[in-house]
Amino acid sequence: MPINYYIITAIALFCIGITGVLTRRNAIIIFMCIEIMLNAVNLLLVAFSKMFHMAYLANPAKAVTSGIDGQLFVFFIMVVAAAEVSVGLAIIVMMYRNTHSVDVNFLNRLKN
Amino acid sequence: MNLIYLVPLFPLVGFLLNGLCRNYLNKSLVGIIGSGSILASFIVSLIVFFDVKAGHTGVVSYFEFINLGKFAIPFAFQVDQLSSLFLLIITGVGFLIHLYSTSYMHEEESQHFARYFAYLNLFVFSMLLLVLGANYVIMFIGWEGVGLCSYLLIGYWFKSIPYTNAANKAFIMNRIGDLGFLIAIFWIISKVGSVNYTDVFSSLNKFSTTDLVVITLLLFVGATGKSAQIPLYTWLPDAMAGPTPVSALIHAATMVTAGIYMIARSNILYSHAHVTMHIVAVIGLATAVFAATIALKQNDIKKVLAYSTVSQLGYMFLALGVGAYTGAVFHVMTHAFFKALLFLGSGSVIHAMGGEQDIRKMGGLGKYMPVTHITFLIGCLAIAGIPGFSGFFSKDEILAHTFSESPVMYCIGLFGALLTAFYMFRLYATTFKGSFRGTHDQEHHLHESPAAITIPLIILAVLAFAGGYVGIPEFIKPDAHALDNFLSPIFAESKKVLGNHPLEHNTEWMLTGISTLLIVIVVVTAWSKFAKKADVEDPQGFGKVLANKWYIDELYDAIIVKPVYGLGRFCNNVLEKLVDWIINGVGRSVQYGSRQLRLLQSGQVGSYVLFMIIGIVLFFVMQFFFKK
Repeated sequence: MPINYYIITAIALFCIGITGVLTRRNAIIIFMCIEIMLNAVNLLLVAFSKMFHMAYLANPAKAVTSGIDGQLFVFFIMVVAAAEVSVGLAIIVMMYRNTHSVDVNFLNRLKN
Repeated sequence: MNLIYLVPLFPLVGFLLNGLCRNYLNKSLVGIIGSGSILASFIVSLIVFFDVKAGHTGVVSYFEFINLGKFAIPFAFQVDQLSSLFLLIITGVGFLIHLYSTSYMHEEESQHFARYFAYLNLFVFSMLLLVLGANYVIMFIGWEGVGLCSYLLIGYWFKSIPYTNAANKAFIMNRIGDLGFLIAIFWIISKVGSVNYTDVFSSLNKFSTTDLVVITLLLFVGATGKSAQIPLYTWLPDAMAGPTPVSALIHAATMVTAGIYMIARSNILYSHAHVTMHIVAVIGLATAVFAATIALKQNDIKKVLAYSTVSQLGYMFLALGVGAYTGAVFHVMTHAFFKALLFLGSGSVIHAMGGEQDIRKMGGLGKYMPVTHITFLIGCLAIAGIPGFSGFFSKDEILAHTFSESPVMYCIGLFGALLTAFYMFRLYATTFKGSFRGTHDQEHHLHESPAAITIPLIILAVLAFAGGYVGIPEFIKPDAHALDNFLSPIFAESKKVLGNHPLEHNTEWMLTGISTLLIVIVVVTAWSKFAKKADVEDPQGFGKVLANKWYIDELYDAIIVKPVYGLGRFCNNVLEKLVDWIINGVGRSVQYGSRQLRLLQSGQVGSYVLFMIIGIVLFFVMQFFFKK
């Protein structure tokens, strides 16, 4: 499959994520949108990694990289995302306990 | 010579004791400390003087005052003929005036009495420092010190606004001169890299002629401030606001001669700068005659003496200008005697008159106060230059030197001397002769002053008579000029540069004869004119111009004081407002801007994210455009 499809899919996912973050007020949905954006990036990384790896297999002498380091990054991002989710969900839980709402616009005490 | 540090130390200790303990000491103790410290310093000065006379001169160094790498200013004293002579004048006349003050100032409260003596002692200390310093910086310290004390003592009665104004005037005028002195010191440092007299005078080859002329002129500017010469003389008559003994000590006998001391000390620099010599001579002569004309029409007893002081200082500068350094120092000495005598005598008169200073209200005081009368007469005879009295010898020496330099200047100088004789005998006759013109109460109150006042008068009268015999001129008795012989090592170098052109003895006899004859005629005229009828009417015509001091104060007011005030007002009203507006404007606009920017911080998470995204997009766009 050509690389373009992966790129377009990743951009679409990323834009969906951004739109979600910008437009929704529910903290959990914003969180999910962030995850979508992260996964769009992951998808892109894996796709490019695969592309470079195929090129490496075809002609190892001319290749600049073996193409596995991109896949390694994906694991890092997943780990970071997992840590982030645990912290983020904890914050949302605390927020709900204090305000009985998960609306982010409700938290504007630092304004001005 | 090892004792030299004691000379300024005693007055300093006296100052500290009187100044710090002024609330606890009683008046007699203050008087004893004040006068005693000066007496002690006088005795040490005498020892030093005879030591120097025996040939022990040199520089005594105590510690490093300033040390900057290669450039060092030592705290050192110059012990030589010139400084030891000045030490004697300062401490000797100073002691008599301190003694006089114990009685004259007795009506002051004890705290202020102690303050007075503290200032006076501080003055003597500063003056001794000025004279003893072995470099220009130590001299400058003393120079500023005496200026400060002069300020403090003119404004001694600080509750009176005109007196404090007079003090301010003196201080500010002196500051103008001091600036010249200071620049001259820096100039010397930049050329020689040292301020020690010995270094400066021995490295004349490091100066170009222009340097020498400018340095000497700047030093002379300093001297015109301190020694009240045209154009900076107007403070001295106003300085008479201070107590009379202060006028005698500071504004007649010692401080105002600091300028002459400075030039006499730097004589070798001046001898190489002919232009400056001419300027000094012309300014001195102009001041001598100019001040004498003003003195003709003054009616305040102290003002007459003040202008007379300015005039006599003019003669000293004339002497310096024509290269008669010995004559200048000689006149400093005799002037210290007779002018201190005259001021103290006028103080005695003012004391008897209950504070009245206007000679139009006096008259006939001779029969009430015989001692003051006779001593004052001796002072007048001395200043007028009647043969036999000290003023005759010193003034004659100056005029003779002037004649050998330029006969025209001699004639003008002689004219000034005649004016001097005239106004002094106008003063004398109006005050002591004729009939009393004051109120009945004042006449009842008239009395001879107590011993503490008359004894200094008598001693000074003896000195004013005999002081001249240390300088008998060559043509009267060969090789009898003791002062010239004594001071010759100081001025030897200058003599070589300037050359020596003595007058024919016949010429000198003739000049002396003419001047003496004219002076006697003037004295007799003035005496007979004012003894019968005092000069009590308001002057008309030209006399009015003289009585108003040629309107010089008004002129200075119009061309300097008013414009400076105007500039000050302009700065205050316009410039300051403008600067304020700019500074406040910057502050206000920052405040306004930040108040607006604060609104961006809305607290909405969504808007923050939006800004973030806009920012990232901008980065991408910029990278797209500015890559490479």
